[in-house]
Amino acid sequence: MLEVANLRSAYGRIEVLKGIDLDVQTGEIVALIGSNGAGKTTLLRTLSGIQPITGGEIRFKGERIDRLPPHLRVELGITQSPEGRQVFGPLSVEDNLRLGAYRRRDREIGQDRDRIFAMFPILAEKKHLMAGGLSGGQQQMLAIGRALMGRPKLLLLDEPSLGLSPLLVDQILEAIVSLKKDGITVLLVEQNASAALAIADRGYVLETGKVAYSGAGSTLLADPQVKAAYLGVA
Amino acid sequence: MAEFLQFLISGLTVGAVYALVALGFTLIYNASGVVNFAQGEFVMLGGMVTVFAAAAGVPLPLAAVIAICAAIAIGLLLHRFAIEPARGASAVTLIIITIGASILLRGLAAIVFDKQFHKLPAFTGDTPVDMLGAAVQPQSFWVLGGTAVVVLALYIFLEHTLLGKAVLATAANRLAARLVGINTTTIMALAFGGSAAIGAIAGILVTPITLTSYDVGTLLALKGFAAAMLGGMGNPVGAVVGGMLLGLLEAFGAGYISSTYKDAFAFLVILIVLFAAPQGLFGRRAVERV
Ligand SMILES: Nc1ncnc2c1ncn2[C@@H]1O[C@H](COP(=O)(O)OP(=O)(O)OP(=O)(O)O)[C@@H](O)[C@H]1O
Ligand SMILES: [Mg+2]
Repeated sequence: MLEVANLRSAYGRIEVLKGIDLDVQTGEIVALIGSNGAGKTTLLRTLSGIQPITGGEIRFKGERIDRLPPHLRVELGITQSPEGRQVFGPLSVEDNLRLGAYRRRDREIGQDRDRIFAMFPILAEKKHLMAGGLSGGQQQMLAIGRALMGRPKLLLLDEPSLGLSPLLVDQILEAIVSLKKDGITVLLVEQNASAALAIADRGYVLETGKVAYSGAGSTLLADPQVKAAYLGVA
Repeated sequence: MAEFLQFLISGLTVGAVYALVALGFTLIYNASGVVNFAQGEFVMLGGMVTVFAAAAGVPLPLAAVIAICAAIAIGLLLHRFAIEPARGASAVTLIIITIGASILLRGLAAIVFDKQFHKLPAFTGDTPVDMLGAAVQPQSFWVLGGTAVVVLALYIFLEHTLLGKAVLATAANRLAARLVGINTTTIMALAFGGSAAIGAIAGILVTPITLTSYDVGTLLALKGFAAAMLGGMGNPVGAVVGGMLLGLLEAFGAGYISSTYKDAFAFLVILIVLFAAPQGLFGRRAVERV
């Protein structure tokens, strides 16, 4: 579904992605892990089109998309729940979700909203409140819900568990697994590497802008080097 | 009492014009982070184009529509050829660009039109209406009513349409707006076009009272900017309240103190706000930029 080949990107003169090769098959959950500053967020930003690339290509369903503006990528079915949640603070929870479906013209937007409310009931309770007033965990649910409202074929999640309580982390991970059953393909960036690899079909480990390891989730979980460097186990 | 009422009504009338200019500032600032100092030129264009179209024999309502369309076209051109190419430039650079655009538009207006003062006939006659002893120009009602309609229309657009919410979303978080598929370039163009229309409407409404010429925009932009600052830059409600307050301050100041210093009040307001409360009366709408 997604093929990334020799992808490069830079902030000014500093190259941050140094030739990434990665692919995501339809129906998979693929985890992307790596230490702080490895370039995970930058990679997701290039996929959504908000970070320019300096080389390489991105294909989605076989078509080059790396020159498309962000809104057309959303239209193709790539949506993102960004790092730091980035909800529309002054707007209501309901409006945040509605805007997630901004490019849709079908009649099932209300139905999808109700499904998000069923997935995260607290959002239904607070639907008329300003998103900026929600707790961090609730904002995270909202950011994921907003990305889902775009009816993605490929969902990009950037650290959905950051700063959440263990209970909420479990809830979010469960939600991600349930997305897979709905036929949504997921590319998941996580600090919480062991949890991410545990639910992922495959994983990639990024080190300073390059793919250092890749393989099945369970293989990476068992790999001694990955364990030592990223799973906090010696 | 009659005198007080007289000042009150003239204060509200000018205040309404400042409010519209401030709203123009707000709309563009929210959608793009740009403080557009060419805002006053939209007001000038509204008045001048109407005057010249009317002088050429076009009926007044049609002349007004032409003026609004002309201002919108200029607003879109300004965005397309001056703001958009400088995307990513610093706020100061963008402000300098808008100041440059304002000077250019003024110069063009002096050439295309002329450097004289011009008047429009009041929409519904010049016979003052007596209100508790105060003589009120019928045009004042047009200004106040027109402002109310614009404010209401803008409110409905922003709060009750998807496109309006996209404008608010872009103001709140540009990155997230792009991620949900909002074309933020279109939203910015919309803001420039909308601001230009609002400015032009202000110019058309007020020209029968204050006259217009190629350079009325400068002072109006300053007053509108002061009003927007007073209300809290980026807050539409603040812009309207700030405009009204500034108008009242000027009218009462001129009436009870001295009319010589009328225009100094705007500067005074800017200075006081900058020193005492940079966020203005209403603060700004929680803007989280990335
Ligand atoms: N806006 C920016 N301007 C300049 N450099 C940046 C910018 N954003 C990120 N960087 C740099 O790019 C590199 C990769 O950052 P990125 O945010 O993609 O990493 P990450 O893997 O997501 O890290 P984290 O786990 O902390 O989220 C880092 O060295 C970072 O300092
Ligand atoms: Mg990151």
